[in-house]
Amino acid sequence: MAVIARPRAAARADVADRFATENRVAGLNILVAFLALGLGGLMGVLQVLQYNSIDLYKPIKAILPGGYYQGLTLHGVLNVLVFTTFYIIGFLTFVTARSFDRPLVNPGLAWFTFYFMTAGLLIAAVPILLNQATVMFTFYPPLKASGFFYLGLTIVVVGTYFLLANQVLTLRAWRRDNPGAKIPLAAFMSIVTMTMWVIATFGIAVEMLVLLLPWAFGLAPGTDPLLARTLFWFTGHPIVYFWLLPAYISWYTIVPKLAGGKLFSEPMARVSFLLFLVLSVPIGLHHQYTDPGISQIWKLVHFIFTVGVFFPSLLTFFNVVASLEHAGRSRGGKGWLAWIFALPWNEPAFVTQVFAMMLFAFGGASGVINASYNLNLVVHNTAWISGHFHLTVGSAVALTFMGLTYWLLPYLSGRTLWSRGLGLAQAWLWIIGMILFSHFMHMLGLAGMPRRTMIGSAPYVLPAWEGLLPFTMVGGLLMFASALCFLVNMLMTLTTGKRVEPGPVTFARALSGPEDVPLFLDRLTPWVLSAIVLVAINYGPTLYFLATTGRFNIPGLSPW
Amino acid sequence: MILKNPEKFMGYLFEVAWILPSIAIPVAVITAVVLTAFAVGLRVPDVAGRIEPKAIAVTEPFDEPGLRELAPGKYQAAMIAQVFLFTPNEIEVPAGSEVTFMLTSRDVIHGFKIVGTSVNMMVVPGQISKLTVRFDRPGEYLIVCHEYCGSGHHVMSGKVIVR
Repeated sequence: MAVIARPRAAARADVADRFATENRVAGLNILVAFLALGLGGLMGVLQVLQYNSIDLYKPIKAILPGGYYQGLTLHGVLNVLVFTTFYIIGFLTFVTARSFDRPLVNPGLAWFTFYFMTAGLLIAAVPILLNQATVMFTFYPPLKASGFFYLGLTIVVVGTYFLLANQVLTLRAWRRDNPGAKIPLAAFMSIVTMTMWVIATFGIAVEMLVLLLPWAFGLAPGTDPLLARTLFWFTGHPIVYFWLLPAYISWYTIVPKLAGGKLFSEPMARVSFLLFLVLSVPIGLHHQYTDPGISQIWKLVHFIFTVGVFFPSLLTFFNVVASLEHAGRSRGGKGWLAWIFALPWNEPAFVTQVFAMMLFAFGGASGVINASYNLNLVVHNTAWISGHFHLTVGSAVALTFMGLTYWLLPYLSGRTLWSRGLGLAQAWLWIIGMILFSHFMHMLGLAGMPRRTMIGSAPYVLPAWEGLLPFTMVGGLLMFASALCFLVNMLMTLTTGKRVEPGPVTFARALSGPEDVPLFLDRLTPWVLSAIVLVAINYGPTLYFLATTGRFNIPGLSPW
Repeated sequence: MILKNPEKFMGYLFEVAWILPSIAIPVAVITAVVLTAFAVGLRVPDVAGRIEPKAIAVTEPFDEPGLRELAPGKYQAAMIAQVFLFTPNEIEVPAGSEVTFMLTSRDVIHGFKIVGTSVNMMVVPGQISKLTVRFDRPGEYLIVCHEYCGSGHHVMSGKVIVR
């Protein structure tokens, strides 16, 4: 026995060493991500308290001179830009290497990616904390922030490009060593996600480099707010898929394994991801249905394509639930639905992610309503949108990332989760808190309450809102308790968690696997070209019209 | 290859059984929306022209903001948004009136929503926003600015009184 055990232990140590760079880069990215989530979440609590006339901004005026709106900017920037981006870059660095079963070809570039993005984050953080960038995470001009805010965000976005470069170089090296083999599923999905994202950033890159940076640093006298808004949403819609697809990677390749089963269909999973690559970008006008100066017809075209994205989402829903059913039945579950009870409901990494999926089903449904052209007139910019957003990025993404971290911990820190009980409590607190918060935010939106508004001080609060507001506070506090459970569990794991040798990462195998994958589902170039053509068709005329009729003379204002 | 393996063939049937409704649901949503847009006439704002923010005071209809009766029962309400107020911030019309709201902004982006109606627009400096609605029921309708526009955003409101 001992003779066999020794080389195996040596092999494990070797695995840990081979991926030392990826583990550390991923770990640091995820650490930055959760620091951002913690601080951003704290700002969220202040907001729901303010909704109910409990104003905690006065006692902290010295640290947060901009009060509610500075806190809200922090909440948005930290939670939906910093938390997501850093987590995703960390997770995809890890997954790409482990799925190819080889380190990224350029470890120096992996470190450079992290330092570059962190530098951008620090540059953007200074003006936000000094109340010189209280412009929300959407920073619509002519609201004018310090130029360093835009510069820092630009650097973070450019930093993400380096991961795609590293992935593509690694893919090439892998192809050379594995001629004729299909790209492993998790690596394939990671590369599709980053490719989609880099195409999507064309909008924000032009907005920053051509419009906002020269204007904010005084080189251009004014800007065109509508063109800037349109370029923002060019990136601003697909960014939600940049957040969501990494969660899907986990649902497809990690959750079935955690559940004790197999992925139902790898070809179907690839179809879904490739459709996201093609359809994520050319649909951003559905955020601008209520904007002036943009043709109704192009708004309608973007609506139709948006509903098209519902298709790959439904494929994902089916594939993931079928995988869970396979797992439930493999564990002895029976009946039409009773197999659900056979799933591992005592495993925090599993429970959090399944809760994330359940909340996302509702988020997806409210999303279809938002995207539905004229139906959007009822809900646009109301609290309904915040409710929707918390079910999607605040649950499908954030809760999945928390659960995923429970699973990643042994690989990244060499320690196991400190308390499984606390992990389960965290999952339950989040789902209960989120159901309350999002349900009542949706209701408030239908009753006409605007989003991003200091409601506790608004002179026009309607009686219909008053009975609903306290529930958003209860929900928000429960979610904050959940986040605290998570952070305590992380802290205790990193300091006192039991040390383990994690061994190699194994992704879920598929019932219908790579042997059933046709070649066109293993190629990227034709899909990338289709995406670019479709983007040019759907955005070209609107952008051309706005750019040629724009006067670029709106000076800007910082009214906070 | 798939057909030779009965288990995979069953999986394939399940996939097809799911794909069909996955196509049918989006098609149904598109049909419903296109019907309400073109048969019922529930449209979103369209291109209504640009305006020079510095020249608002001399550009029709914003040179004289307020309500104007265009024809019996048909009104135009020209309003200007700026931090943190609408001018005018109150308009009054008889029940059954059809009102076309025309807005522009002097400074930053604002929002314009009349609670309980389908009027919901962004108000962007340099652009004219335009939407028409019919007020059938008498009452007071709250107008809110629903886009963050600065430290006083939450006080920016108005009302439509329908007699």
